[in-house]
Formats: sequence, C-alpha cells, structure tokens
Amino acid sequence: MEEGKDWLLKVEGLTKIYGNPSEDTVSRTGPLFNSNICPKTGAVVACADINLTLHSGEVLGIVGESGSGKSTLVKLLYFDQESTSGAAYLNDYEDGEQDVLKISNQQKRHLKNHKMGMVYQNPRDGLNFRFSSGGNIAEKLLMADNYHVGQIREKATALLTSTEVPVARMDESPKNFSGGMQQRVQISKAIANNPPLLFLDEVTTGLDVSVQAKVLDMIRRLQKDMGISMIVVSHDLSVIRMLTDRTMVMKNGRIVEQGLTDQILQDPQHSYTQLLVSSLL
Amino acid sequence: MIELKKFRRQYNYAFIDEDTKKEIRRKLLKAICIPGYQVPYSSPEMPVSRGWGTGALHISLAIIGKGDTYKVIDQGDDASVNACNIRSFVEKTAECKTTFDTGKASVIQTRHRVPEEELTEDQIIVFQVPDPEPLRQVEPYTKITRQMHAEGDYAKMWVALYESYVQTGDISKGPVLVNDRYIMSPSPIQAWDIPNLNNSRCLNLFGAGREKRIYAVPPYTKVEPLEFEDVKFNINDFNGAACKRSGEKVAFLEEIFNEDGKTSYHMVNDTNYLDKIMDNNRPKQWNNKYLVKKRKELNN
Ligand SMILES: Nc1ncnc2c1ncn2[C@@H]1O[C@H](COP(=O)(O)OP(=O)(O)OP(=O)(O)O)[C@@H](O)[C@H]1O
Ligand SMILES: [Mg+2]
Repeated sequence: MEEGKDWLLKVEGLTKIYGNPSEDTVSRTGPLFNSNICPKTGAVVACADINLTLHSGEVLGIVGESGSGKSTLVKLLYFDQESTSGAAYLNDYEDGEQDVLKISNQQKRHLKNHKMGMVYQNPRDGLNFRFSSGGNIAEKLLMADNYHVGQIREKATALLTSTEVPVARMDESPKNFSGGMQQRVQISKAIANNPPLLFLDEVTTGLDVSVQAKVLDMIRRLQKDMGISMIVVSHDLSVIRMLTDRTMVMKNGRIVEQGLTDQILQDPQHSYTQLLVSSLL
Repeated sequence: MIELKKFRRQYNYAFIDEDTKKEIRRKLLKAICIPGYQVPYSSPEMPVSRGWGTGALHISLAIIGKGDTYKVIDQGDDASVNACNIRSFVEKTAECKTTFDTGKASVIQTRHRVPEEELTEDQIIVFQVPDPEPLRQVEPYTKITRQMHAEGDYAKMWVALYESYVQTGDISKGPVLVNDRYIMSPSPIQAWDIPNLNNSRCLNLFGAGREKRIYAVPPYTKVEPLEFEDVKFNINDFNGAACKRSGEKVAFLEEIFNEDGKTSYHMVNDTNYLDKIMDNNRPKQWNNKYLVKKRKELNN
C-alpha cells in the first residue's frame, strides 16, 4: 500500500455477516465455494476481508454479479450499516489514524454531512418523499452548517440546474418525479455539501439509454470540475469503463481481481471476470 | 370507594394516592435536571378524560399543598368552563386557596398562554400539553424520535422548518431549543409567549397526560426558537390594532367577530391583565427583546 498523504480512504479487512457466524464461516464461503452462505449456520457473508485504498480525485469501480456484496460495501462505508469487523480510515479525519467505523453515531453523522455523499441504488433510500426536492437538498446543506434560507435556495437552484431537473419543480416532492429525475435529485443532494468523497450505487440502473448517457455525462463533468473521489458500484461494465480509473471485481462477497480498468477489460485474469468481459462484447 | 375516616374524605388528599404523587415528583425532578427532555411517567386515571389537561392536573396535584394559591387559565381566561371545573376540583381535593390574580398565585395551570404579567421566582407555571413530541411531524416512530433526541439528530426538524418557510413564509410556530441541547415543543402557546420561556424567573413544568410525558424548563434556562440566519422567528403582529376596552396595544390581542360575521374588534386576551389595566393597576409585563422592539415601534 502506498504511503504518503495522497490517499483519501483506506479500508482494512471489512466484513459484514448477516445471521449467526461460526468460527469458520468466512473460510467456508467465497468464490472457491461459489457461495456466500455458511454451510453450518446459514449465515450470509455479504462481504469479507475487503481491503482497498482510494486516492484523492480517483474514481474506483466495483463490479460484480447481483448479490456479490457491492451495495453492502458502500453502505458500510457510509455508516448505513454496522460492520461485523474491519476498519476504515479517512485521511483528513484525526490525521487518518482513527478507525471511523468505531466512532459515535453523532461523529459519524457529522462526517457524513461534511465529507461524504451517497447516491443509492433505490431513490427511496436517498430521498425523503415527505419533503420537497429543495427540502431534500436543504437537509444536506443545513447539516453542513448552512442556516441561510436564501443561500440554501440559491444553491439548490444551481444544483438542480446542473443536473437538469426543472427548477420550477423544486418545491414539489420527488415522489411525483420520473425515476431518472429522482436519480438526478438524489445526485444534487449527494453533492450539495461539496463532499470530497462520493459513493454511487447503480446510478443508471432502471434508466433508459438516453437518460443513462446524460446522467453518466453529468457525473463525469462533476468529477472533473470538483475533483471528487468516487466509488462507483455497478454490475454494468460499460458504466465502469466510462467512469472509473481502477476497478475491483467482487464475487460471493470477496474481491477476486483488481487493477486499472483498461487492463481488466482488456486482459481479465480471473475466470469470473473473463466471463463478465466476454458477455460485454 | 373506601372512606378514609381519618380525613373524612372519600379520596386521598389532592385526589391522587401518595405513592403515585411521589412518582410524579420524582419524574419532575428528573425533568428539571435535564431541561427539555421528555420523561415518561405513570399518568394515572383521573375523573377527567385524557387530553383535557390531565397531564398538567397530575403535576399541579403532585406539587400543591394547603398553603398554595392556585390559578387556572384556559386561553388566557380564568372563567372558561374548563378552567372553572379544574380549579374547583383542585380547590376541593387539595384544600388550597384559589385566585384569578396572576401575581398572587403560587401555582398557575394554563392552556395555550403564558400570563401577560411577568412571573417570579416564587411561582410555578404548569402547561397543558397535547403533543409533547416536536419530532412527531417528521418521524412517526417513538423509538426513532428518542434516538434522534439522544444523538441531537435534528436534521429533519430543520428541513420541516425550511418547508414551512417555503410553503407559508412563516417559521414562528416551530419548536424551541432548550439549553442548547433538546428540541422541545413549547406546548401550543402563542408565538407571543414563547420568548417568555427564555431565562424566566419562574419554573416551567409541562404535562402531557395522554402521551404520558413530563418535561420542564427550570428558571434561568436558555430557550431559543429555531430560526434561520435570514428568516427570523417573530411574535404575533396585530398590525397596530388596539384593545377595544383598554386601548392597549402591547399585549396578546384576540380578534372577536361581531354578529354580522364581517367586522371585528380586538381585545386583550389575558382577562386578569385586562381587569388590572382597567382598574388602573397595571402589573409589570414581561420584558423580552421582541416586546421591547414592539413598544419602540408603537411609540414612534
Ligand atoms: N439485511 C440483510 N439480511 C440478510 N442478508 C442480506 C441483507 N442485506 C443484504 N444481504 C445479502 O448480502 C448479500 C450482498 O447483498 P448486496 O445488496 O450487497 O449485493 P449487491 O452486490 O449490491 O447486489 P445487486 O447487484 O443485486 O444490487 C446478498 O446475498 C444479500 O442477500
Ligand atoms: Mg446493490
């Protein structure tokens, strides 16, 4: 692992098990067994022994089949779920020496509000449909210590404009919006506090191809303009190819291969990755 | 019911049995120690249905003694049916004195108002609270609202305030932040009264009988309405209207419609305050920054 100041997020041995694990639950699951279910106890190993480093300004892709643990991984890092074991460090939190998975809920929320953004696979998880679109964006701004309504509305207007959501609908609940619009409101909310770290979970799933292209374009533009570091989760290799510098391939809760995205797409090593890549072509 | 021969009463002193009153007093002490925090309590059965001021009644009966002087106001009025019934119930069971005079009362039970006359260190005001949980409007589950309070997670409350501004332009119905820690519902008192909770000399107790919660604002405690940097909380504005009877402008005025249903006039809502003004016996009013500003505006 590279030392020095240029890493942003470091993850060590991150593991999430649902149900009752036995001592050898982790060693008896994984790609070798082609299963994430413990044969003894039936516990589900959503992800295990995940190590990764994300550099500043870098876009890391996570690809893998359905159920391979991609969403779980980003939810653990965004503190939506509690890990079973493992540690995570952020470079600009306590000099990168404090495991942020072990801090209090209050401190986690502060970190989340000031340093992170998340776009969920399902817009329902990222947006509160009881609030207006503007209110959803305001939530992120208020929690990042902006208590000026005029500025909040200005910023929300700018964000919705840049994500091509009609500003006239700012005071309407996203409940009434199309899936693509909801996704773009979610993106506006996620980047409202200029987070250095953004998690994107299947941002384009369920969108038609032209909207998909627009959303991807927008994310690329944002990434360039703001230099945000991102973890992009997708089971769609074309999304990964378009957005990411480096890619990790997951299967049955484990990382089976990682490297530069171009390399992985051109010369996949693991048989599962080969299968993925060949099905893309 | 068993007759208590010793006291020649068919009920215990102050109606509630001693153990339960002790429990309520213990919960009150806890509430006072943690300003703005909602303490669950027993909320025993009363000969009044829940939601009709039982929470405040529990508190009044738990703290009152024969030496106390008790006053009850309902929307600023000592003489409303509910106020009369509650007052005579407490008078009969607690054998205390009663009064309409705000200055002479040691315990004041109220619904929707704080008296216009400033309360002192010797007085306790007990609020009737219908909905103690300010977070209920944004979160239906109590398990979660309690966690939100515990962690000071008030994001949704702030968004609700933002939404209220967007929809109505007004944020002055919102809750208050007590002692820089808990968001609290100031019972449904008027915006006019909310600043009087801040740094008050009197002890403020809140009882929600139906929801079984007690909370408190001790004397000299910081109470701030939630507001934005550019959109501020404000007390009610009566657009320069004056009380029809007294000509008073700086008091909470009630708008009363004439028989025709179209024309209306204003009147000081606090009946005892109005009586005193009419008797040329003006009591000392509260002194918060909003009232100071209002007086200045009206003098110019
Ligand atoms: N709350 C839960 N209880 C039990 N098992 C769960 C729970 N959440 C997720 N899992 C399991 O964890 C594994 C990983 O799920 P996850 O949602 O992370 O997959 P994914 O890679 O994001 O899949 P997809 O591509 O379908 O979104 C799956 O086997 C799933 O069934
Ligand atoms: Mg997923």
